[in-house]
Amino acid sequence: MMFVVVRLARALLTILIVVSFAFVVLRLSGDPALAILTNEAPPEALLAFRQSWGLDQPVLVQYLTYLRTILSGDLGVSMRDGRDAFTVVAERIPITLAITIPALVISIAIGVTAGICAAFNPNSRLDRGIMLAAVAGFTVPSFVLGLLLVLVFSVWLGILPSGGAQHWTNAILPIVTLGVGSAATLARYTRAALLEVLDRPYVRTASAKGVPWRLTILSHALPNAAIPMVTILGFLVGQLIAGAVVVENVFSWPGVGRLLVASVASRDLAVVQCLLFFVAATMIAANIVADILYSLFDPRLRASTHGGGA
Amino acid sequence: MSDAVKQEEQLGMEPRRLPSASICCAIGWLGLLLALGLFGRWLAPYDHTAIDLLDRLAPPVGFGGSFAHPLGTDELGRDLLSRLLVSIQMSVLIACGATLLGAILGTLLGFLAAHVKGAVEQAILALVDFQATMPFLILALAILAFIGNSLVIFMGLLALHGWERYARIARGLALSANTQGYAGAVWQLGASPARIYLVHILPNVMATLIVSMTIAFPEIVLVESGLSFLGLGVQPPATSLGSMVGNGRDYLATAPWILIIPAATISLMALSVSLVGDWLRDRFERTGLR
Repeated sequence: MMFVVVRLARALLTILIVVSFAFVVLRLSGDPALAILTNEAPPEALLAFRQSWGLDQPVLVQYLTYLRTILSGDLGVSMRDGRDAFTVVAERIPITLAITIPALVISIAIGVTAGICAAFNPNSRLDRGIMLAAVAGFTVPSFVLGLLLVLVFSVWLGILPSGGAQHWTNAILPIVTLGVGSAATLARYTRAALLEVLDRPYVRTASAKGVPWRLTILSHALPNAAIPMVTILGFLVGQLIAGAVVVENVFSWPGVGRLLVASVASRDLAVVQCLLFFVAATMIAANIVADILYSLFDPRLRASTHGGGA
Repeated sequence: MSDAVKQEEQLGMEPRRLPSASICCAIGWLGLLLALGLFGRWLAPYDHTAIDLLDRLAPPVGFGGSFAHPLGTDELGRDLLSRLLVSIQMSVLIACGATLLGAILGTLLGFLAAHVKGAVEQAILALVDFQATMPFLILALAILAFIGNSLVIFMGLLALHGWERYARIARGLALSANTQGYAGAVWQLGASPARIYLVHILPNVMATLIVSMTIAFPEIVLVESGLSFLGLGVQPPATSLGSMVGNGRDYLATAPWILIIPAATISLMALSVSLVGDWLRDRFERTGLR
């Protein structure tokens, strides 16, 4: 129980820091009224905005007013199309999920398999090849990879579209580009986690008492190797979000990432702020899910949090 | 070097392996880039903004081009070799500057957290958690949207990447150093906290911090090139490797060399730093300099 309370308190603290961060950078940007409503706004609108956000008050009062406004769900209006910033962001979310979720699933399938193959033949040619590919996949920037894929599959071979979102084939290249980075990260982690576990006494005991090697791996090594791997779930989600920003722009995929870059370029601050909170919420949720999975996979942790000495 | 190997063999340790061929290539490539970063601008055959409309989209040597423009030209007839050299300088400069600034900032905050207990420490740790939770690209884009862009802001912004790692490492190492005798001894001699941390503790934690810098450097190169590629980083007329790739994107079908040359440079640079970083980490771990 204590574990859940601490976890939620930390999540709330992170939300508070994100909102404070937005407040500080908004203040640093000069007059937020001008920044959000632009120079063309009539003076009455600017005055009304300053009063409603408390900009004529001391900074501390402003901060508290800002907190109250944000927490009540008022995230401002997009200056580009005049709609609620939240609505503008919310309608893009499924489009981004349509490429990030398949990318995550595929990268788990490929990355974990490659990591297992590498760990079973440590220092072999296969291992070195997989690890070199993983380093390359991890370091090649996604926009370079994406554009090279366009060059090969769209320009030279002409079998896949280079951008847009008219047909399901448009999603293939973005998914592959997004998945490579995560697959590479996962392959490295899986290999390290498995090598660590294969060294443990219980694996030796299992094979010594005659448990078939395949069964030893499936029922003893893999579940234990999965424990440390759960902790990188949050990192993977962050990698996918950052990747989606770049990849959506490479392939003109009309999701959240493209909205973010367009909003930054046109300084549509209400939308940028809303996206910032959305990403923060996603990251906090991912980390909480990772913690829950961690306690599910690791019976030791479960015993210590539930029983408290029982 | 040979003494060290002998010593390790006497101690029954695995002798230190010489760097493999791929590490040598990586180190060579990085050295070349560093040299080009320092002196490349003066080797450039043309001004990087000089336009030659009569010689647009010329291919590189070996693909039908001439030695007048060894790497070809772009859509305005600007010499790609010159642009590449200037871009390497810009990218190396920004990445080195940002890595150093981030290391200094993070280390100082880490020492501060270790020295001043209580609210300050908790505030720094909360910021560390926040930074580690949020994808850096999103934070960077938000700051660029709110504050605007210039070369100084951009470098300062990239310095914020990874500061939390140094802060965490520096705090942990300083806390453990404080429990060892030497820090206490200097304290008894009446040294100021600044002297203890910077003159006595810092040299002891330097090796770990340098390894962290080799991890941060390629990440900063990637963030810089990514932002510049999106048109939100280095602004024209200045150019960086990322903005060259962004620029070449529109000519992917007709003149792919505009894109492939800077893209290959970035990828090889990040790959080399990663390989060298892994190798350095292995070496430090083997010699116990964790």
